[in-house]
Amino acid sequence: MSRDVKQLRYAPSHEWVDVAEENGEKIATIGISKFAIEQLNDLVYMDLPEVGRQLIAGDEFGEVESVKAVSPLFSPVAGEVIAVHTALPDNLEGLNEDPYDFGWIIKVKLDGEVPASLLDYAAYEQQCGEAG
Amino acid sequence: MAYLFHTDDDRREMLQSIGAASIDEIIDAQVPQSVQFQRQLDLPPAMNEMELTAELTRLAARNANANTHVCFLGGGAYDHFIPAAVDEIASRGEYYTSYTPYQAEVSQGNLQVMFEYETLVTQLTGLGVSNASLYDGGSAATEAVLMALATQRGRMRVVTSDVVHPQYREILASYLRNIDAELVVIASDENGRSGGLIDALDDKTACVLIQHPNFVGGLEDVAAISAAAKAVGALTIQSFDPLSLGRLRRPGDMGVDIAIAEGQCLGNPLAFGGPYLGIMACRDELVRRLPGRIAGQTTDRRGKRCWVLTLQTREQHIRRDKATSNICSNQTLLALRATVYLSLLGPHGLRETTDHCIAKTAYAKQTIIAIERLEVVSDGPSLKEFVVRDRAGDVADLLEHARNHGVLAGIDLNPLLGRYTEGSFTGLPERYRDCFLVAVTEKRSRAEIEQWARTLSQAPQTAAC
Amino acid sequence: MRNQQSTQLLFELSRPGRRAHRLGRLDVPTIEALDDFGDELLAADPPPLPELAEGDVVRHFVGLSTLNMSVDTHFYPLGSCTMKYNPKRNERIASLPGFADVHPMQDPSHLQGLLELLYDLQGMFAEISGLPGVSLQPAAGAHGELTALLVAAAYFRSIGSDRKVVLTADSAHGTNPASAQMAGFETKTVKSNSDGLVDLDDLAAKLDENTAVFMLTNPNTLGLFDRQIEQMNQMVHDAGALIYLDGANMNAILGITRPGDFGADLMHYNPHKTFSGPHGGGGPGAGPICVRDFLAKFLPAPIVTRHQTETDDGQTKWVYGLSEPTADSIGRVRSFFGNTGVLVRAYIYLRTYGGDGLRRVSEDAVLSANYLLSKVKHFLDVPHGDRCMHEFVASASRLKKDKKMSAMDLAKRILDYGFHAPTVYFPLVVEEAVMVEPTETESKQTLDAFAEALFRITDEAGDFVHDAPHTTRISRPDDVGAARRPILRWTDSSSNDAAS
Repeated sequence: MSRDVKQLRYAPSHEWVDVAEENGEKIATIGISKFAIEQLNDLVYMDLPEVGRQLIAGDEFGEVESVKAVSPLFSPVAGEVIAVHTALPDNLEGLNEDPYDFGWIIKVKLDGEVPASLLDYAAYEQQCGEAG
Repeated sequence: MAYLFHTDDDRREMLQSIGAASIDEIIDAQVPQSVQFQRQLDLPPAMNEMELTAELTRLAARNANANTHVCFLGGGAYDHFIPAAVDEIASRGEYYTSYTPYQAEVSQGNLQVMFEYETLVTQLTGLGVSNASLYDGGSAATEAVLMALATQRGRMRVVTSDVVHPQYREILASYLRNIDAELVVIASDENGRSGGLIDALDDKTACVLIQHPNFVGGLEDVAAISAAAKAVGALTIQSFDPLSLGRLRRPGDMGVDIAIAEGQCLGNPLAFGGPYLGIMACRDELVRRLPGRIAGQTTDRRGKRCWVLTLQTREQHIRRDKATSNICSNQTLLALRATVYLSLLGPHGLRETTDHCIAKTAYAKQTIIAIERLEVVSDGPSLKEFVVRDRAGDVADLLEHARNHGVLAGIDLNPLLGRYTEGSFTGLPERYRDCFLVAVTEKRSRAEIEQWARTLSQAPQTAAC
Repeated sequence: MRNQQSTQLLFELSRPGRRAHRLGRLDVPTIEALDDFGDELLAADPPPLPELAEGDVVRHFVGLSTLNMSVDTHFYPLGSCTMKYNPKRNERIASLPGFADVHPMQDPSHLQGLLELLYDLQGMFAEISGLPGVSLQPAAGAHGELTALLVAAAYFRSIGSDRKVVLTADSAHGTNPASAQMAGFETKTVKSNSDGLVDLDDLAAKLDENTAVFMLTNPNTLGLFDRQIEQMNQMVHDAGALIYLDGANMNAILGITRPGDFGADLMHYNPHKTFSGPHGGGGPGAGPICVRDFLAKFLPAPIVTRHQTETDDGQTKWVYGLSEPTADSIGRVRSFFGNTGVLVRAYIYLRTYGGDGLRRVSEDAVLSANYLLSKVKHFLDVPHGDRCMHEFVASASRLKKDKKMSAMDLAKRILDYGFHAPTVYFPLVVEEAVMVEPTETESKQTLDAFAEALFRITDEAGDFVHDAPHTTRISRPDDVGAARRPILRWTDSSSNDAAS
């Protein structure tokens, strides 16, 4: 399986969200965009939440670090953390290379809907273009 | 003038290049006239090097010190022997006139020393990781507590005991006053031990802070305390004496999570309290919360082994208000001295030093048994410190008599009784009324110990027994 | 050819059975004291420290020292750090036994010389700052910031105010917000304007009844004296808040203007910078603070005091002592008195210059910085005008665009020319910042040579500079690898990794 970046939704703070239906529940998979990873330049460390944590949209759920910068990770959605990609911090090269499939960070059982304020691919691209 | 370089010709040429008529013009363009200082600073007149040396030598001569007097003072700072090689190496300008190794390529000397220092501290403590040092033992204790509070989210209780160094507790109380944490100071038992703090632990406790050997020289059951702390999910912080570890078990081998120490005893001068060396080590898992600088190993572009400052995202210059601490320096020069000192001692020199402290302390206790006025309060074995009671209730006079006879005989504990800082108990318990604290290092000769005992025995008694 | 032994680690040089320091035979009767300890307290073996001969140790550390650049060996124009000459008399005098071998718990009656020195130093710090309350206790600049903020917090508590916000400038040292947070405050950032000074509109917008302290660096980290100081003074005090001055840049204004006179209520000094105590490879320093009268009762104890007594022969003399904490004192921030060794050096420095000389120090520091600026601006952009105080901030952003030569590249290449690098990437408000502070203790020839070297580098090929330094013992280290897989202590296996 390979995620299509054009089908994902994005937070202005560079997290992507992929929502899928599993056993009747809406599950959001969350990661960070290639653009954000390139901006941070050589990630060296990642701090992840515990399974079971309740998040509201906008909550800080973790951190990624490069040598000289720290970037908080914000949850674009509300819900309960049901899975954490614990192998990721030891394979940050993998995150660099493949942010949308191997690089997933957490899965959240959605509480309500995905916020309408999240950007689609075109809008996110435009935001990155302006920043870059 | 003193260390200035520019001649009048230099100044003229420089002003010309700048395009300014005078230095005043440059300053006036920036500093509003209204806030400029209109007179000359009222400081003592300038002195040349010869005058200054004479004047300062005169001031220095008016201070009793460990050369003019025999020193039995401790309480966190000790008169241990410093080998000449420590001074010689530390007085190289390449060390003491350099700065933080921001440019690793031209700072490999300092960086390698920091890495060696960190390794020595892990060897000493039996813990996985050390920082490159903090200000001193007292502030290191507080930094350790802040680190534990940050690690143990939702737990705001800090449990310590009334025989942990009173000044360390004062610092802790000062820092904690403005943050939402509760400092619990439990009473030690009649033998000056802190086992009772086990009963004060609960699921709100972030950490326990103990000292072993403690301020009054008592030996704590660290393993039992750390096990009890672990059982409620709290961290154990031990303040240790580096020179006790030639014999005593290492903090990491007794279940301690964070170990801190005053490193003055490792080749650093007494210097009336500073600069000193804050030692701090922790278990590997806690490294992301460790405050202060850390040097690590890496390779350069050609694959050569080298050293850099690392894990810097913990620090204030990147994380600003979310940093693990505001500390942006370390005591490199004092850490260098400690590194040289421990290299000269090695494992056998360290054991020998601890053994000499133990034997001389035991001898010192024995020399005063027969003095009716005095009572050794500390029961059981002592490493290098013990408490003595003056049955005449006149400690200040007793110590003054000794001082006037060339002996700094001990620290008067009376002023330390019953003190509070910001609402927390930062004093010593009442049982140490009329007592003084005595430290005997490996440096004290038999003759000096006997002189100490003799001087104490000959003090005139003013108050009744 | 360099002997590789000097860069081996102590642990690799170690050989079982080698010894340096020996105590030998005990001169007290052997008492079986160890038996009383009990096995649960004792370790079977001492810690596994390296085993070395004295000659090993000396050659090792002398060899390592030669791998450092230092003020004694090189021009060190590290902006914001004031790397001035460290007088040798400071070192010799501070190591006299009457200063170096004094125990911190000694009785003041036998410390009259040292206490007189420290009392006079308190007075000199008060005079230079224009702020009368002095504590010599803090151990470093950042520690002084924290102490002063604890004092401010105690003050607001005493007047029943629960002001919770500290304002810091976006160009401030990172210690400012970190210290504020440790003292229990929230922080808000005030922007700089296009002149590099505090944006007064932004300051006005953020000042309110919840503001406790405005932390100001003046001259600021761009080397500019903020000429709006009187307006800021008015605005902050009208809002009922205090002004804290980060004294990192005092070397620019000694005897020229005083923080207490331009509105600061609290400040710290960095004696290891301004007053020539050496930097010691990163420490020790000291961070004494000065405060206004009404804040003095909150200072940590002890403070050196004096009173007059009459001697037996009818003369009067001063007797010096150490104060107990007042009921309002914040307590203490470190053990014992403070970094006395650093303070004694500061005292020696101040006695060397006197009041008139100290102003000359700042004048020459300002002159040197402006002179270097006048040369550097011809080949590097200096975004904030062509005048500065004791330091200036250039930008390599044009070089980066044109030749892919970054501030870091410039810093690395200047090492090949035999100069320490300027500070780079600070302050954050200037892109590709190159922050140069020459200090007053460098000659015109040195400044000329440094400017010439910088100019030549800007003319070199981008790729070549990007690979610099070329002549140092190591090339650029792998910071990413160091942070990703941290090796923070030597083990047998870390030696093997390096050998492979």
